[in-house]
Amino acid sequence: MSKTDNPQHSRRSLLAAGAGAAATLLASRAGAGGNPANQPPNVPEWTRVLGDGVAVRPYGKPSKFEKDVIRRDVEWLTASRESSVSFTPLHELEGIITPNGLCFERHHGGIAEIDPADHRLMIHGLVDRPLILTLEELKRYPRVNRIHFMECAANSGMEWRGAQLNGCQFTHGMIHCVQYTGVSLRTLLEEAGVKSSGKWLLVEGADAAAMDRSLPIEKALDDCIIAYKMNGEALYPEQGYPMRLVVPGWQGNLWVKWLRRIKVGDRPWHTREETSKYTDLLPNGKARRFSWVMDAKSVITSPSPQAPIKHGKGFTIISGLAWSGNGKLKRVDVSLDGGRNWRPARLDGPILDKALTRFYYEFDWNGEPLLLQSRVQDETGYVQPSKAELRKIRGVNSIYHNNGIQTWHVQANGEVENVEVA
Amino acid sequence: MSKLPRLLSLVMLGLAIGTPALAQSKADAKVGPKYNIGRAPTPEEIRGWDIDVRPDGQGLPEGKGTVAEGEKLFMDNCSSCHGEFGEGNGRWPVLAGGKGSLTSDNPVKTVGSYWPYATTVFDYIRHAMPYGNAESLSANEYYALVAYVLYLNDIISDQNFELNNKNLAATKMPNEQGFIMDDRSTAERSFWQTNPCMKDCLGPVKITSRAMAIDVTPDDSKGGKSRGVE
Repeated sequence: MSKTDNPQHSRRSLLAAGAGAAATLLASRAGAGGNPANQPPNVPEWTRVLGDGVAVRPYGKPSKFEKDVIRRDVEWLTASRESSVSFTPLHELEGIITPNGLCFERHHGGIAEIDPADHRLMIHGLVDRPLILTLEELKRYPRVNRIHFMECAANSGMEWRGAQLNGCQFTHGMIHCVQYTGVSLRTLLEEAGVKSSGKWLLVEGADAAAMDRSLPIEKALDDCIIAYKMNGEALYPEQGYPMRLVVPGWQGNLWVKWLRRIKVGDRPWHTREETSKYTDLLPNGKARRFSWVMDAKSVITSPSPQAPIKHGKGFTIISGLAWSGNGKLKRVDVSLDGGRNWRPARLDGPILDKALTRFYYEFDWNGEPLLLQSRVQDETGYVQPSKAELRKIRGVNSIYHNNGIQTWHVQANGEVENVEVA
Repeated sequence: MSKLPRLLSLVMLGLAIGTPALAQSKADAKVGPKYNIGRAPTPEEIRGWDIDVRPDGQGLPEGKGTVAEGEKLFMDNCSSCHGEFGEGNGRWPVLAGGKGSLTSDNPVKTVGSYWPYATTVFDYIRHAMPYGNAESLSANEYYALVAYVLYLNDIISDQNFELNNKNLAATKMPNEQGFIMDDRSTAERSFWQTNPCMKDCLGPVKITSRAMAIDVTPDDSKGGKSRGVE
């Protein structure tokens, strides 16, 4: 247990610690660890002594015992942290809402720290009435509240050539799901009056990359939001404070943060982020462009490499997440034998359009090794493909849109590894 | 609602070749103003922020710059990351080379081997470069930098060539025809099923690939090597 007691241990030992803990706990009849002085029949210190009063913690944060529930990055992926990604710790979370401080980050020029008094949103181009708005003015428009997942198109992009990163935080953690409050983009476009020739929008951020993307008018008028709140409070700076674009079901790169400008035009711009990046190279050398929709995908978040089974055989909960950029889910199935046989999972909690859905499969584990998989079908009938099926069409160099079925190998000692099977 | 995005992609396909958009949503977008909140930006305000450039040249500012001028700017502002010849230092983006590599096991996607439009280079550099000092150069300097990057990729061959707002959009890129519209709804039609298999779907399976054998999961005490995304 020494590894788990040391807060300074490395990330690798953190992963290993789970497995070590599992072995230790299996040997212990109590199976709970900790300090016996605080356990029955004794009365612990926190029962005898008063704790902190109200407002000592004016903005609450998680228990100090949850210090390992943090975003992590993969240093070798990128040249600098200002243009890089950190991953949501999916293996530690439950339900469907991602806490604001744990939402994965993807920046191209670092976090813009914007004083809302100086932020402006400009809408111009092929409109009858160009507009410039402050945050306070944006908040005067009618509000909508929507829960949506947001997934980077490169989520699982490191896994195209085989199992590589050992943890669902790293294989699947470029996703989050929060409730947004903001203004329907349609409302603002109607206010500005889009000319009949207006077919595309350029959306642009105010950060040091001034990220720009082209968005087709049909999507803009359908369900996009200019959000200023997430989970009830102001957007966090790393999520685009004071305002960002929400493009439900579509790749995260389009959800421009620190949104400063919307220009209406009659053709797409073919910006760097929709040509050099976020295009999907196929084996014949051609690349798909404008592959906006995030197809249906699922992953078991626990057990997983960072969340091993610590209790040994017996009643066991498999917990996971599923989602689709094409709407709601129809079903999720779980396999214990690498995809030979499937059993329906239980969907629990809300099943929303283009949002994460939580699923469970509960069973009596006999302690034998497992090859865990999950497979989602969305309401359009789309069934999450195997990685082999994806590679047959796309090869291994498309980087983006890897929604193949994930396999976790659970060993007899409860340790879990990212593997592929055939 | 559920099928809308798929249908939309088809509509987009239509749009890309000039089919009229859905009449209903256009009509709906014309109502207003309803709230009268906010004001019109001034021409000066728009001019200061209106920096996007399209493949047809719309948005290009007046200006000009030569390859030779660009080379000096590149050495001063860009080469510490991208290398003197655009070869990329460490994990910083490679800007040149990679010709003919797109069908290989290790595609090298550079301005010359992959980018479809020269205007995109201008738009991107003007938005985001120099890294850490964005939107700091003059239009002439951006033209010069783009000229040098195109020169590194053999798209411009003369050191004295002057790139400007008249000839940039006409500069053809080798991979312009290398892109297709998202075709997942047809090319991957087999992923839509009525009843997914539940029993005896495969023969016995074996583990074919293991993350722990690759050993690149983050570890504070050692580095790792990339075979993934940039």
